Amino acid sequence: MQRPIQFIASISVAMLGFANPAAANKVFVSNERGNTITVIDSDSWEAIAEFPGGNRPRGIGVSPDGKYLYVCASDDDTIRVFDTETYEEVWTLPSGPDPELFTIHPTGELLYIANEDDNLVTVVDTQSRTVVAEIPVGVEPEGMAISPDAAFVINTSETTNMAHFIDTSDYQIKHNILVDQRPRYAVYTDDGTKLFVSSEIGGTVSVIDPLAANGPELTTKIGFEVAGVQPEWLQPVGMKVTADNKWLFVALGPANRVAVIDVESLEVVDYILVGQRVWQMEFTPGQEFLITTNGNSNDVTVIDVARQKAVKSIQVGQQPWGVAVTPE
Amino acid sequence: MMVFARLIVAFACLFCTAFGAYALDINAAVLRVDYPQRLPISRYDLIPDDLGFAGGALADEDNQTTGNFMGMTFNTNYVATTPEEIDALLEELIANGTTLLVVMANAEDLLQIADRAGSDVLVINATTRDMSVRDDQCRANLLHVAPSEMMLADAVVQFAMWKQWREVFLIQGSNPADRTLGDAYRRAANKFGAQVVEEREFEDTGGSRRTDTGHVLVQRQIPVFTQNAEDHDVVIAADNSDLFALYLPFHLWTPRPVMGSGGLRPVTMHAAHEAWGATQFQRRFEEASGRFVQEADYEVWLSLRVIGEAVIRINAADPAALRDYILSDDFELAAFKGRKVNFRPWNGQLRQPVLLTDSKITVSVSPQDGYLHQVSTLDTLGLDQPESACNAFAE
Repeated sequence: MQRPIQFIASISVAMLGFANPAAANKVFVSNERGNTITVIDSDSWEAIAEFPGGNRPRGIGVSPDGKYLYVCASDDDTIRVFDTETYEEVWTLPSGPDPELFTIHPTGELLYIANEDDNLVTVVDTQSRTVVAEIPVGVEPEGMAISPDAAFVINTSETTNMAHFIDTSDYQIKHNILVDQRPRYAVYTDDGTKLFVSSEIGGTVSVIDPLAANGPELTTKIGFEVAGVQPEWLQPVGMKVTADNKWLFVALGPANRVAVIDVESLEVVDYILVGQRVWQMEFTPGQEFLITTNGNSNDVTVIDVARQKAVKSIQVGQQPWGVAVTPE
Repeated sequence: MMVFARLIVAFACLFCTAFGAYALDINAAVLRVDYPQRLPISRYDLIPDDLGFAGGALADEDNQTTGNFMGMTFNTNYVATTPEEIDALLEELIANGTTLLVVMANAEDLLQIADRAGSDVLVINATTRDMSVRDDQCRANLLHVAPSEMMLADAVVQFAMWKQWREVFLIQGSNPADRTLGDAYRRAANKFGAQVVEEREFEDTGGSRRTDTGHVLVQRQIPVFTQNAEDHDVVIAADNSDLFALYLPFHLWTPRPVMGSGGLRPVTMHAAHEAWGATQFQRRFEEASGRFVQEADYEVWLSLRVIGEAVIRINAADPAALRDYILSDDFELAAFKGRKVNFRPWNGQLRQPVLLTDSKITVSVSPQDGYLHQVSTLDTLGLDQPESACNAFAE
């Protein structure tokens, strides 16, 4: 009986290998409770290292050149910067208190950081390692996104329930859009024509037209429904959109599912069962795979993007929160 | 001429993004009635002078942050009074244009305030757990952010049932308020299939709350008081008078967990609650007030947030319009409880999860898994519509 099982396992590994002919990338997962970063090889899909990430590591990202890993060490009130090859901490960046999530300017020069405690967005220069600006926003800032043309940074504030449009040229808020309760995450389509904001407690994803004639405008809200799951557990958090602007993936927290939304029709077409309390997600560089962090089952799920199926789960540290992948 | 007209429109619009469509003033008040209090058993339960008001101040800040983006100004008056001076104060508040009133008072005074304020004022009960004001004594202009005693008792018994602690030893105090709470626990036991196998009353004989080394006597008295009870899984204390419940854990004749007014207590908030973003609430509160949060602070915060959220969504401060929106399906609010809270439209009670705390951490949150309801699982806590004698909300 041992044999067929092994056989199946080796085939699925082979299939994964075929689907990803490019060189392996490193997947970094921040473990909020374990205070570590787990490193996964995106070819073998095995955890290859785990290293200390500071206290309560949450938001995580890789510099565009792939050299540095930025980690919001929330309880250290700093952003720790690690070498993606050696995993050594190289320096820290001033982040303002309790950094949770950030977004990176396409050039890699600036980080825009949400400070949950101080109702601020802090802008940090990654070269000079100094604070460039502090922007007062709503209460409990959380989600951060940058428009593809880098003209606007979006911040969502969880108690104010707004998406704030911050002009990157003068750091002034130019527009505010009210969304549903506890907006967690914001993401643009790559063509910049749509902005999605997930509301964890409201249970919806707001679809915003950022280019509307009279300024950004809420166009519609997407709701969720899964048979056998209490509606209050359908809590949209992390999101990712494919580069062809066709598919939006939405992590649904304690519903243990990732919703797949057709960006054209804005309809939910499928729910992919993943680990427990799914938080954040990231694509591999060619977008063959989407990796989800599952906070309550201490693992990540790998989703085959084309087939829209979960293909593998990998054990990581305690309470994985964020995920980042090195570029090609 | 056309060009000129367009120019004006452009100017007008610049103005509206900067300052909102028009300025809106929201005039609310928090009215606290202070009663003579006995000292609490625990110093942790001492009542600070700014009880409730400190929570309100935080809500004002939260509301105003959003208000700044939308051209709204939230003005809240904070007044504390003795029971004798309620009428005069209320008159003054209403004369000064208060149309939204958050009240911290007992049931009797709450009803008097709601009736005197009249239908042009929306009154929110922040703190009273009394059942009648939500049931046969309900008022159309009175909403309840505070959970009822029934909701709290149901939260406790659901947890007991989840633990399979089906046999309950109920100990209640001898004052009327303790007996009503005891009724809520008896009802909850009946509702969820637990069994009250033993009941005792702890008599309030008066006397001082504190004596040096009082624990020596407590250590001898409580075991004797709880001796020879029917076999039971859990002790539930109904002690609104704060007379004995805190003495029960570790002193019982038969070692059993204690719930209710002592041991594992049902609360709306406690200062160590961190889940669902509550850490930020705690830090903001402590920074502004210089102390830990108490339940009443959270309840006043939530009451003003209910008002603020409704004002922000409908861009109006008219009490009737706010009431309609607050009671509608569209209303929802995040309250650091992991799911949205909203109102039961048939008696104006806020649906909400209940935290169970050992006074150090959040041990569990009710409703427990598996308790289902056709409207909301939150409606497994407290009085349900078919049982309700409230008619003021029927339209």
